[in-house]
Amino acid sequence: MGPLPMQAPSPGSSFSDLLDSLGAKPVLTLPPGEKAPLSPEGTTVLALRYEGGVVMAGDRRATEGNLVAHRRIRKVFPADRYSAVSIAGTAGLAIEMVRLFQVELEHYEKIEGVRLSLEGQATFLARLVRGQLPMAFQGLVVVPLFAGYDEREGRGRLYSYDAVGGRYEEIDFGSTGSGARLAKSYMRTVYRDDLGAEEATGIAVSALVAASQEDTATGGPDLKRGIYPTVIRISADGLDELDDSVIGPVAEQAVESIR
Amino acid sequence: MTIPFYVAPEQLVRDKAEFARKGIARGRSIIAVDYSDGVLLLAENPSKALHKISEVYDRIAFAGVGKYNEFETLRKAGIRQADLMGYLYSREDVTAMGLATAFAQTLGAIFTREPKPFEVEVLIAEISEDGDEHRLFRVTYDGTLYDERHFVAIGGKAEQLTEALEAKWEPGMTLAKALEVASEVFRQAEGREIEGWEAGVLDSSNGRRAFRRLSADELPSR
Repeated sequence: MGPLPMQAPSPGSSFSDLLDSLGAKPVLTLPPGEKAPLSPEGTTVLALRYEGGVVMAGDRRATEGNLVAHRRIRKVFPADRYSAVSIAGTAGLAIEMVRLFQVELEHYEKIEGVRLSLEGQATFLARLVRGQLPMAFQGLVVVPLFAGYDEREGRGRLYSYDAVGGRYEEIDFGSTGSGARLAKSYMRTVYRDDLGAEEATGIAVSALVAASQEDTATGGPDLKRGIYPTVIRISADGLDELDDSVIGPVAEQAVESIR
Repeated sequence: MTIPFYVAPEQLVRDKAEFARKGIARGRSIIAVDYSDGVLLLAENPSKALHKISEVYDRIAFAGVGKYNEFETLRKAGIRQADLMGYLYSREDVTAMGLATAFAQTLGAIFTREPKPFEVEVLIAEISEDGDEHRLFRVTYDGTLYDERHFVAIGGKAEQLTEALEAKWEPGMTLAKALEVASEVFRQAEGREIEGWEAGVLDSSNGRRAFRRLSADELPSR
């Protein structure tokens, strides 16, 4: 290691600005008029609020055109101890964005001595999405979904985004990706304000299964290979990533109730 | 044209060192002690808001004595370096050894190049993934790097604290026992009532981010 970076760009708490100032941020521009090469895309992720928190889930498929690129890709990630982020769109860029987002939150907490507020986290994520705008015009779009437990307000909150960095708080549920409309239609029919954590988890998995029935880009649970959706639940007690042994039975039940 | 006075380099270094040592001697001290599951860092600190002990990376903690704004600048620079390395490569590539040499290089350069040296001393602690192996480094105002074992003290009363620790430290202490020993050592070295504690641990039971600040009711009595 060389000498320490004693200076940081103002306000001094942002890791992403630090990378920028050192010229270490990945260069993300294509020559004008060029079309980006075909690369894997993440498909359907969703989140919904329940009484006392929020649950976020995503399927495991990535597609490249009409082909399956990955069967076990991960699209739902913890952001910090009380928030999670999931991604749809160009997987390579999106996963890197999540990595930068995670480091940013931890960096801020260590430098400032307090966690960034949930609202602050959502705003920063919008800035990261907006940074991708030139690439979005050339076909490499990244659209995240953000959810967390707001300790100040004492409730779960979730935010959806668009390709230009627009940030929209959802009051009940949200979804993004190719199967988003299908997942939202399903959630709309069953959503209630007084859902419990288990019920909400069941709805999240069922909504993904419902989407996978109509959208070929969304991967349903693969019972034979044991590939299940990723599910993260966040409440006042913190973030909990559900194990396959918990999600397995929920997924099997959701698949069985298809007609 | 005025000709500047000639000052012999030996004289210059001696003066700077004396200046820095005086500044550090005025400040309160910090000790780090290893125990069965990790490392305990204990500081005398009357302030609840201005910290001397903090998290740097997953298994690495930092503590500084002397001038607050100077060790705070170093602390932040250390966090930047650690997060950069971890982001560009992998989290496991960030080590206390690497950080300690970076602190040493930086403090060494400031000592020789700047008109005023930093009046600080810092310590970097690290635990291995299973919590069995602990590393303690101490860096002085002129960038000298020391690799310590089991315990280390920095600040005005470092010598007295180290002597007392040599007599009292034993392997395999629980956290409660380590706190008791550390606070007793402090009282003995200072010979007065302590004005307030600040403590943090690197403990392997805390998961990926091993650092935890001890809450007010976990701290020893004064």
